[in-house]
Amino acid sequence: MTLAEILASLFPGGHAVTVADGLVSGEGPFAGGRLHVIGVDGDTPLGIEGALALAGRVLDAVRACDRSPILVAVDSDSQRMSRRDELLGLNEYLAHLAKALLLADRSGHPTVGLIYGHSAAGAFIATALATRVLAALPGANPSVMDLPSVARVTKLPLDTLTEMARSTPVFAPGLDNMVAAGAVHAVLDPGKSLAEQVGALIAGLADGDARDRLGAERGGRPVAAEIADRVAERARGA
Amino acid sequence: MAIDRDALSWYEASARQRVDALLDTGSFAEFLGPEERRMSPHLPLFDLPRAFDDGVVVGRGRLDGRPVLVAAQEGRFMGGAFGEVHGAKLVGLLRAAREIKPAAVLILFDTGGVRLQEANAGETAIAETMRAIAEVRADGVPVIGLIGGRAGAYGGGGLIAGTCSRLAVSEGGRISVSGPEVIETNKGAEEFDSRDRALVWRTMGGKHRRLTGGADAFCADSVSAFREAARALIGRAPAFDLATLEAEHARLRNRLEEFGDCRDATEVWARLGVNDPDAVPAMDARAFDETVAGVGGANHDAR
Repeated sequence: MTLAEILASLFPGGHAVTVADGLVSGEGPFAGGRLHVIGVDGDTPLGIEGALALAGRVLDAVRACDRSPILVAVDSDSQRMSRRDELLGLNEYLAHLAKALLLADRSGHPTVGLIYGHSAAGAFIATALATRVLAALPGANPSVMDLPSVARVTKLPLDTLTEMARSTPVFAPGLDNMVAAGAVHAVLDPGKSLAEQVGALIAGLADGDARDRLGAERGGRPVAAEIADRVAERARGA
Repeated sequence: MAIDRDALSWYEASARQRVDALLDTGSFAEFLGPEERRMSPHLPLFDLPRAFDDGVVVGRGRLDGRPVLVAAQEGRFMGGAFGEVHGAKLVGLLRAAREIKPAAVLILFDTGGVRLQEANAGETAIAETMRAIAEVRADGVPVIGLIGGRAGAYGGGGLIAGTCSRLAVSEGGRISVSGPEVIETNKGAEEFDSRDRALVWRTMGGKHRRLTGGADAFCADSVSAFREAARALIGRAPAFDLATLEAEHARLRNRLEEFGDCRDATEVWARLGVNDPDAVPAMDARAFDETVAGVGGANHDAR
């Protein structure tokens, strides 16, 4: 689905969401109240200006104190890779955006990620992965790094990696593997109302971070939940 | 044998040596230590050697008699990268901190970011870690990052660092998202020449981060210096709330406005009011601290 189609399905009565320089922001009427929307469109890399602008929108929503949910729609590239972004402290700008989303969620604004295209690496962590619940649309392609780059770093032949990717969800790019890892909670049906499906996700939000449990259930992260529990148990012991 | 904290180089020390020497002598107790052999279930697929602790040491100890939880990454194992077990140990430690309420959680970063052989598990663990840090901080427990290892704090490690309450860095502690090699591979050597080590240090190194407010303390390369910094920083951790994030927003916006057109760190330092920017890389910790004291903006509560 394109962003326009997504917005039409979320807001059948119209909306005030706009895209400028690949950054998405605005709001629309939703479930008797409103839904804030921020995001990245068009496979745009996320750099310092973009991260700061999106964080500003999130903080505006928190300041408004209306407890409206915030949707983070993502079709981005990775973080913008440049000398200037790193010189100016890209890690702080991306962390600032993630913290704004985490604060919003704590402040009563349910945060929902919706990945409908690509996203990777630091941009994925600062946006979609910083939400309380992350949904995807079929065709979405989240990744940490593409296989040719993985081949370069791991010094394994691309053919070998491609073959391994078929049976090993833990390292391979793609939506199914991120679902298996528990990073993506649910895949939505583009043929049905997104307003209803996103509304149901918000209504069903659970406390805590369920991603490692989901990863164990789905087999993409077989040991993470158990390891985290074991460490916490030891820490609680005398 | 007692460890000489002054003589032990943070950069050269192993994760376990750092933890032992950083905390009160003999106070460290490890959780899920190497004797339990909780290794990566995935590395054998790649015919890669495993570590009994998956490259991270987690446990409890005391700092000045006060209870702390601590995690230390081992940069010499797979670049300290986040794999499934590695990440889960940090996440479990942070989750426990919400209940135990220690005086602080100390994270000794030494990481290149996500371990690509376990990329999806590592990436998700980084997101879980950031959420857990936000929760721990909101509960009033400071999370202090110490960065001075050979792998720095790159990739998702840089984002986690940016989520901490306070950061101490040494000269060797680089903080960045995209590493020099990654930028060069993707954008070319004209954009970033990764073999130019001086360029790497002044763009991503501890001095630049400290001068521009990206870190809150600068340490000489010894465990005692990091211990002193951790003790001082625990006492002045900012809250995790709207006021702090609004202040951070203003701070990052100002940085962009003031330095957005700079090409090199030396231009940033000159504009900050550093008299002789070219002399910064060679300064010892004392001279550098005096330089930091002379510029505005390095000290703040906006993180």
